[in-house]
Parts: sequence; C-alpha cells; structure tokens
Amino acid sequence: MSNNRVSRRQFLGYTLTGVGGFMAAGMLMPMVRFAVDPILQQHEGGDFVLTDQAVADITEEPVRVDFAFEQVDAWYTSEVTNSAWVYKEGDKLIALSPVCKHLGCTVNWAGDTENPTQFFCPCHAGRYEKNGQNIAGTPPLGPLDEYEVRDQDGFVAIGAVRDNTLV
Amino acid sequence: MLNKLYDWVDERLDITPIWRDIADHEVPEHVNPAHHFSAFVYCFGGLTFFITVIQILSGMFLTMYYVPDIENAWQSVYYLQNEVAFGEIVRGMHHWGASLVVVMIFLHTLRVFFTGSYKKPRELNWVVGVMLFGVILGLSFTGYLLPWDMKALFATKVGIEIAASVPVIGESIKILLAGDSTILGAQTLTRFFAIHVFFLPAALLGLLAAHFIMIRRQGISGPL
Ligand code: HEM
Ligand code: FES
Repeated sequence: MSNNRVSRRQFLGYTLTGVGGFMAAGMLMPMVRFAVDPILQQHEGGDFVLTDQAVADITEEPVRVDFAFEQVDAWYTSEVTNSAWVYKEGDKLIALSPVCKHLGCTVNWAGDTENPTQFFCPCHAGRYEKNGQNIAGTPPLGPLDEYEVRDQDGFVAIGAVRDNTLV
Repeated sequence: MLNKLYDWVDERLDITPIWRDIADHEVPEHVNPAHHFSAFVYCFGGLTFFITVIQILSGMFLTMYYVPDIENAWQSVYYLQNEVAFGEIVRGMHHWGASLVVVMIFLHTLRVFFTGSYKKPRELNWVVGVMLFGVILGLSFTGYLLPWDMKALFATKVGIEIAASVPVIGESIKILLAGDSTILGAQTLTRFFAIHVFFLPAALLGLLAAHFIMIRRQGISGPL
C-alpha cells in the first residue's frame, strides 16, 4: 500500500466525475455531430450541363453563356441558372467562372469602358485579364476559377468548377 | 491547472460561497435511497429536470434543420432524421424525451401528493408545480404538430376542437390557436412553432427558477 491513500471522498469524486462526464459526452456527442454535419458532408462533382450555345459561334471574344441545372439544397430541389464566360483560344474552348475572387460579386467582360479587354467587377472595381489573371493593384487576390468545358454535339457543355489552369 | 484557474477567479470574485450555497447540502437520510431504498421516489423531480434539459438541448439542435412552413416542414424533418449524421438519435431524444418528461413529472407529482409535501408552508410551490405541469403539456401539444405528418395534423385538429368546446370563449380560443377560423394550416404551424420554441420554454425557465428558489428557501419536506 502506498502512503498517499485515496480517501473515500476522493474516490467518490473521481468516480462521479468520470461517470458524469461519460453521460454528458453521450448526450452531447450526437448533438454536436448533428450540428457539424454540413462541414463533413461529401459533395460529388457536378455532371456536364448542356447549353444552347453553338460552339461554332464562339470566337476569341468571351461571351456569357447561361446554363441551368437542378440544385439539391437539403430538402429543397430547384432549378438554378449559372453563367460562364466562354471563348476560344485557337481551337480550345475556355470557360471562366464569373464569381469575383475578391468578395464574390459577378464580373463582366469589358464592363469597364476604359479596359475593354478585361473582366471588370463593379463592386470594388476588381479587374482580370482575359485568361482570368487578376490585375495587381485591384482588390482580387487570385485568378478567376475555370469551368470544365467540352463540345457536345456542337454545343457547349459546362462541367465542374476548378482552380484556374491558365495562369 | 484547473485548480489554479479556479483559484485565480475565486481570489478576485469570491465565487466559492455562491456555488456552496447552491450545491453544498447534506442529503437528509429520509430522501437518500442508500438508507431507505423506497426513497428513490424523491428522484423524480430531479429526473424531470434532467429530461427537461435534454429536451431543451435536443430541441435547440433540431431547430438548426427544422422549418415551420407547411411546404417544407415534413421534408425538413425527413431530411434531418435520414440524411444528417445522428439525426435519428437527436430526433429520437426529443421524441422519446417528450413522453418521458410527462411520465416523470406525473410520478413527481404523485410523490409530492402522497408524502403530503404540498401542505403548509409549501402551498405556493404546489401551485407553481401545477403550472409547470401545464406548460409541459402545452409543449407536448404544440410540439406534436411540428413534424406536419398525418398523425400530427389530426391530433391537432382534435386538440383544437376540444379547446373549441369551452363554453362562450371556445370559438375564440380555437381561432387564436389555429390562426384562422376554418383552416388548420400555414398559420397554425407558425404559431405552434413560436409557442413551442419561444413562449413556453421562456415560461418554463421562469417557473423552474421559482420552483427551485422556493425549494432552497423551504428545504425538502421532512420524513413521514
Ligand atoms: C419540456 C420541453 C419540451 C417538450 C415536452 C417537447 C415536445 C415535443 C414533441 C412531442 C415534439 C414532436 C416530436 C415528434 O413527434 O417526433 C416536438 C418537436 C419539436 N420540438 Fe420540442 N419539446 C420541448 C422543448 C423544446 C425546445 C426548448 C425546443 C427549441 C428551442 C424544441 C424544438 C422542437 C422542434 C424544432 C421540433 C420539430 C422537430 C421534430 O418534430 O422532430 N422543443 N417537441
Ligand atoms: S467583390 Fe469583386 S472587387 Fe470586390
């Protein structure tokens, strides 16, 4: 027997704290996991969405192409419309996301009359080159995202969004 | 580490007397099941409180996903139960707890009745207890509509018709509860939701505070 014996009071203190902690954890763990579920949910990448923009009509000048898809928002499913800025570089189709990398507004091609060959964000005057490269000295901190894009029977089909691969 | 933190705060704010006053009491022999096993009947008040705490916690978490709208209520409950991790458990806690809390408060009331603890000087606490019983039944009634399934709808129809059978003011009570003179629908659901998660829980907390303050003042009633 060691000298520092555990008193009855200490023993009860430890046991009750242990059992109480176990019970509290049993109660709280499911609720906390329930609350943080959105962080841990997996999202599969979107399928390609066919647009009614003919590939033949696309030039080197970016045009806005709208595309609609079914969005499942928990228990609410709805049709939402997104858009992309699409142009050709040689034969290659390129589609850029219109979401500004500063704080999420929507950019326009040639939206600023003084910079007719750039994307322009009206919120805080962010600007980007045609390939999405953000222009130093304007608020955005990175290049515009890029969509996967392909030619599907002569029409533009738009896929998942990913980091810009052009800059 | 924790002891040091405690001492640091205690040195400045003298918090020891506060929790001693709340928590440090001897359990009288006649309410301690270790002495007389039959004293377990004195646990029902504490168990009622314990389950009420579970109801409040699980209810707060359910409200993260639940929407009180007739188009989406059922869908959101289905989603939170089947698609969200541990949804079945969290909804299950609230669902089964709602019945258990009524059982527990009933047993607690029986104990108080048969030990004669409602007698002088504890009459007021009996009155508060009856109000607590009413609030818990109100929470059960209003909560039952929220999943917005067939059972919820018809149970509430019946409940509202019962309220409508009160002489003279019955019709007004019915409209006040349902939010419409003929339809049990959109406005009924939002009202029941507001009553279930704001009004009655607020009343519940106030009454519980009164209940416990009176118990601290008067102590637990003596042995039979
Ligand atoms: C003693 C307290 C309470 C009782 C007796 C109670 C009772 C109930 C009942 C019977 C249901 C229907 C459950 C079902 O059929 O599965 C329900 C649902 C619900 N309650 Fe409570 N409740 C209490 C406290 C609370 C509190 C404090 C909140 C929120 C702050 C809350 C939020 C909800 C929500 C959001 C629902 C709908 C989700 C569902 O049906 O599973 N409850 N409640
Ligand atoms: S959001 Fe585009 S510049 Fe600020």
